[in-house]
Amino acid sequence: MKVLAPNGEKLNLMPLNVGPSHGATHGCLRYFCALDGESIVATATEIGYLHRGFEKMAEQGTWQQVIPYTDRLNYCSAMMNNIAYCRAVESAYEIEITERNKVIRVIVNELSRMADHSICVAAAAQDLGSTTGFFYLFDSREMMMVIWEKLTGARLTNSYARIGGLYRDTYHGFEDDVLEVCKQAEKNLKDIHAVFDRNRIFLDRTVGVGKISKERAIDWGWTGPCLRATGVASDLRKDEAYYDYETYDWSVVTGSTGDVYDRLMVRLVEMEESIKIVRQALKRLKPGPIDIVDPRIRVPAHDLTYQDMESLIGRFKSVYEGVRVPKGEFYSGSEVANGELGFTLISDGTGKPWRIKVRPPCLTQFAAFQELVEGSMLADSVATLSSLNIIAGELDR
Amino acid sequence: MVRQVKQKPMNWIEKLYIFEAFRGLYVTLKHALRGVFRYETLPTVPYPEQKPEINHAYRAKHRLMLRPDGSPRCVACQMCATACPAKCIYIEASTSADGRIEKSIQRFDIDHLVCVFCGLCVEACPVDAIRMDTRETSYVHRDRQSFITSMEELMDWDPKDYPEDDFQSQVAPGGKRNKEALDSWGLKVN
Repeated sequence: MKVLAPNGEKLNLMPLNVGPSHGATHGCLRYFCALDGESIVATATEIGYLHRGFEKMAEQGTWQQVIPYTDRLNYCSAMMNNIAYCRAVESAYEIEITERNKVIRVIVNELSRMADHSICVAAAAQDLGSTTGFFYLFDSREMMMVIWEKLTGARLTNSYARIGGLYRDTYHGFEDDVLEVCKQAEKNLKDIHAVFDRNRIFLDRTVGVGKISKERAIDWGWTGPCLRATGVASDLRKDEAYYDYETYDWSVVTGSTGDVYDRLMVRLVEMEESIKIVRQALKRLKPGPIDIVDPRIRVPAHDLTYQDMESLIGRFKSVYEGVRVPKGEFYSGSEVANGELGFTLISDGTGKPWRIKVRPPCLTQFAAFQELVEGSMLADSVATLSSLNIIAGELDR
Repeated sequence: MVRQVKQKPMNWIEKLYIFEAFRGLYVTLKHALRGVFRYETLPTVPYPEQKPEINHAYRAKHRLMLRPDGSPRCVACQMCATACPAKCIYIEASTSADGRIEKSIQRFDIDHLVCVFCGLCVEACPVDAIRMDTRETSYVHRDRQSFITSMEELMDWDPKDYPEDDFQSQVAPGGKRNKEALDSWGLKVN
């Protein structure tokens, strides 16, 4: 491929397509590189291979029927999306959920965060050539999956949260299972740190690779662990605390340079912080109701429905007409594993959403991908991509 | 509170690689020996020989609940079909033979290729007529038509396979409180 550079120089570059279905792209996305030898001179990214039309599909049904769709955004931590969506609708209603519900949501959120970070770091390890690290992290993730199976009835697409409540209460023995996962996760983290931290191959592949400055990261609109890796202590759980996150004892994890190493290590250390939060939350888990009692928002409980005519009518209205979210435009951002997952809801006062716009956290990170990899080697682009934790389901919606 | 991840430059031992590699090897060797001496503690399952246990809380293939006389409990109210985000349930109603109940189902099809197993139908049902606790997760058929599960197939289940305190069951009609109410009205309850 003969190219004329802007300064009049004639370059002989090799075009190379990475993706759409490439082992290192984790899903379906494509970047097109112009290579000079092995270093990337220019690259163009392309998304949309996993576009399912989430936003348009959400307009077809009622507000409750959007919940299964949100599972398919970031499928590595499906429940965090459910909770983020339900929190957005609840914030439109300006209602408070019950105390037990809050604590369960915090536990579920943090376990999902751990699962998501496990996948990200495990997949990054896999891309860097270490299958061993991959399996060590998947050990505790598998235990979480078993908990999800018992708690929600599904492993991946959980659909657990409901507007103003939860799908069902926790099962008997939930606390013990969660504690065991925390213990196992700590063990796995110790292993993974021993294998990776000071290993020269890992350090050579990650330190100083895919670097971005604080200012540029903020300019690109980065959020979450990737922004924190550059040294900005920004976390919605602290900045705009919800679900009583401010009352737990934990700290925001930041990096210093914003390279691949920092992004991966921030995720691993964040898992430790998540374990801390989960342990504290388990102590706060007291028996109580999980659903709010308001037939306009949350369908009346089953045992009421069988006895009481009003509840039965409420149930039918809730399913047939959907919950009537107040008219207006609402935005609510939640800190999910990848960063800020925002839902903009526009309601016209009927039971169906008029428009739902998702702000996926990895879209902004993938937008900066070009800037991160240009000038580096082709192999570094793979390490950079996996450290950004691009989930195609969320990227393309 | 902010916790910063520090980056340390490699010292000369780490630059030599070999010592750190042995530290990593020690960990991997520990795990490898666990597979030899304590095989049962491994988190993996040798799949085709040993199937993972699926509990009744798992959202699997549907089943239709029955009345004591063997007729379906469903009253054809279309709640599940309306709640379904994938629109995979098709119901045709008919007049019920029982005078106390207005409608019953003539046809109740679930297309399991379209179903997303979200459980909204179970949650919507006002008479606890549909549940997803059959623990059947693998579907193998030779053509697409066979994935459309008919009413007869959904009603064909053995009570012995299901525990009494079913995790997915709601307090069903004919439960204790309902019985008291119906007794007071002079109605007979099965």
